Amino acid sequence: MAGATVDNLGQSVKEVMARYGNNPARMIEILQDLQDIYGYLSKDLLKEVSRQTEVPLARVYHVATFFKAFTLKPRGKYTIQVCTGTACHVKGAYRVLERLENVLGVKAGETTDDLMFTLETVNCVGCCALGPVVIVNGRYHGHVTPAQVESLIKEYRER
Amino acid sequence: MRRLESREDLERLREEALSRQPERFISLGMGTASRAHGAEVVYSALKEEVAKRGLDVPIKATGDHGLCGYAPVMVVYPEGVLYHSVKAQDVPEVVDAVGKGEIVERLLYTDPMTGKTYTYEQDIPFYKKQMRLVLGPMESVEPLSIEDYLCCGGFSALAKALFDMKPEEIIQEVITSGLRGRGGAGFRTGWKWEDAATRPDPVKYIICNGDEGDPGAYMDRCLLEGLPYEVLEGMIIGAYAVGAHEGFVYVRKEYPLATRNVQEAINTLRELGLLGENILGSGFDFDIQVVRGGGAFVCGESSALIASVEGRVGEPRSKHVHATESGLWGKPTVLNNVETLANVPFIVNRGGEWFASIGTEESKGTKVFSLAGDIYNTGLVEVPMGITLREVVYDIGGGIQSGKAFKAVQTGGPSGGCLPASQLDLPVDFDTLDAAGSMMGSGGMIVMDEDACMVDVARYFVKFLTEESCGKCVPCREGLRHMLEILDRITQGEGTMEDVDLLEELGYVIANASLCGLGKSAPNPVLSTIRYFREEYVEHVRDKKCRAGVCKALVHYEIVAENCTGCHICFKECPVDAISGEPKAVHVIDQEKCIKCGICKDVCKFDAVKVV
Repeated sequence: MAGATVDNLGQSVKEVMARYGNNPARMIEILQDLQDIYGYLSKDLLKEVSRQTEVPLARVYHVATFFKAFTLKPRGKYTIQVCTGTACHVKGAYRVLERLENVLGVKAGETTDDLMFTLETVNCVGCCALGPVVIVNGRYHGHVTPAQVESLIKEYRER
Repeated sequence: MRRLESREDLERLREEALSRQPERFISLGMGTASRAHGAEVVYSALKEEVAKRGLDVPIKATGDHGLCGYAPVMVVYPEGVLYHSVKAQDVPEVVDAVGKGEIVERLLYTDPMTGKTYTYEQDIPFYKKQMRLVLGPMESVEPLSIEDYLCCGGFSALAKALFDMKPEEIIQEVITSGLRGRGGAGFRTGWKWEDAATRPDPVKYIICNGDEGDPGAYMDRCLLEGLPYEVLEGMIIGAYAVGAHEGFVYVRKEYPLATRNVQEAINTLRELGLLGENILGSGFDFDIQVVRGGGAFVCGESSALIASVEGRVGEPRSKHVHATESGLWGKPTVLNNVETLANVPFIVNRGGEWFASIGTEESKGTKVFSLAGDIYNTGLVEVPMGITLREVVYDIGGGIQSGKAFKAVQTGGPSGGCLPASQLDLPVDFDTLDAAGSMMGSGGMIVMDEDACMVDVARYFVKFLTEESCGKCVPCREGLRHMLEILDRITQGEGTMEDVDLLEELGYVIANASLCGLGKSAPNPVLSTIRYFREEYVEHVRDKKCRAGVCKALVHYEIVAENCTGCHICFKECPVDAISGEPKAVHVIDQEKCIKCGICKDVCKFDAVKVV
């Protein structure tokens, strides 16, 4: 994140850790909260977490790369999640995803160069009746067809 | 809020709540699925309209009612008039009718198979065949209203447990009830509790597993969102029975509303003295923390979940020592699924024998399923164990959409399998589904019609599991990768007949040589589809044909000249300009340019694009 110096990283880590009683066992949640603040987990941030929690950096990195919740790269303004749960899959979610990849020019898991969109898949959001479901920054779009993808992207691009 | 110091305080609060409980109210489903359908706008409109007319009809924003495919669903009580797919613009008409005691015919539910219209919720076949026990209070309880929950008898089981029963008596009731874990493995809850209770260690933990990772399953989401107090009550009783003083609710990070509701429910219970020190003056201390998962399927497995609560990566460990002996931080730990715990208050209140009278010999009680896929009534259903798959799919689910043929029902998520029409009369219970090569799992049930390709479905699950395998055991990590390679080959029309045998062989090894449930059950989707749909594999290999038209490499799109009106829409929509043709003339697809995205088929109003 632009402007975030190591100093205020230190302060954020301190504040977030305090929420969890400075208990390094709450590592997953500490990292989740930090990611909510900065949008992603930068190298400096992970180092700072390691320093303050006294958990070896390798362990922090292990956790940050094991769980899907974490990302080590900056994210786009809009996160587009394509539900690829079973019900969405049989309703053609993979076709919607393919179309999104084509329109955005990135693969699932990547962010567009202009930092507008991050495209990712999610295993199931539990709204199976709406399949295929696409979620943009928490807003649910149901019964999405490949033909709607272009106008959907346009709608967000022009906001 | 006043702190409850005794059982009498609780009963007094209940009486107050009952005296305030309205007879006439509107219940609007407001869970995640309903919100995605625009329930929030409907809710504001309802509030506004009722206030404008000065009606004394409270509106309860409850959890999802179950009929998710028809959300937003609202029910007018006490009559039980059900309206579905309600939009904000329908609200004035609805409120007007409520005020006059009339009914808005056009918003009533019509059975898609019979065409019959139903006025009352209780008459709709979707609800009629169900036995809504843990989901029972869903429609009359606002998720965070302690008053609503008390009016449904909430926390009476806790009071009974704390004041009238010894911990071992509770455990005995749960053993008698035959309750088995609803998360998938089906281990007997009573035995688990007994084992933990008899451990001498003074520090014990109880964990509620809400890491519902199976794609296509959302029972736990609905319970945590809609009835958090019910789950927490079961958990407090469990803690008292085994002697735990600290508990954790592990919720999947993909469920923000569930996380929020559980956290707020815990806060309220602390204020009321139903959590914390000296609960209801009984001398029992217990508190709960919410832990958000990090988004890893394997963390639904008990030892991986425990590792992740400890702040480590979710890698399972060998279970020659059970968690009930040495679990979280080496202490005896009971880990129960959300739905399992939600059953506990009912068992305590009505007795283990009563619970055991529902269901089959080895599977007692009810089970919540999330019914999805190509059926009319997508949603959350609760049925007695032993009901047949056919009853669930046809009577409750309303049958297959748009007159297509049933192909398979997938149960148990990535650990389960696909069962064909010939197995539809199987009773739904733990052991029967296992024997059929599938699994009850946590309760996802996805119905597929003739447009689903079974090889593709198997590939889908293997791909999912390849990504979610934690990587600890070689057979699971590498075996799945190879299975995926083989399935990729087959779906691309490059498979050989030996590949199918190789899949079976690999499946056998993975199932037998992996440590945890993920690996042990991982081959099920492949093995079950080979067992029941071998001919589809053979077609892919020998005839290079995908009968469902799903496997891209084996199909192409064509325009049927007789149906094409030359409306020119496909021409405009094709992203790669592969379609040529003048308006009002038959169009043609250039197979060289076509990327098989299927948009032309989606946009064609005349059924003129077919997949060959």
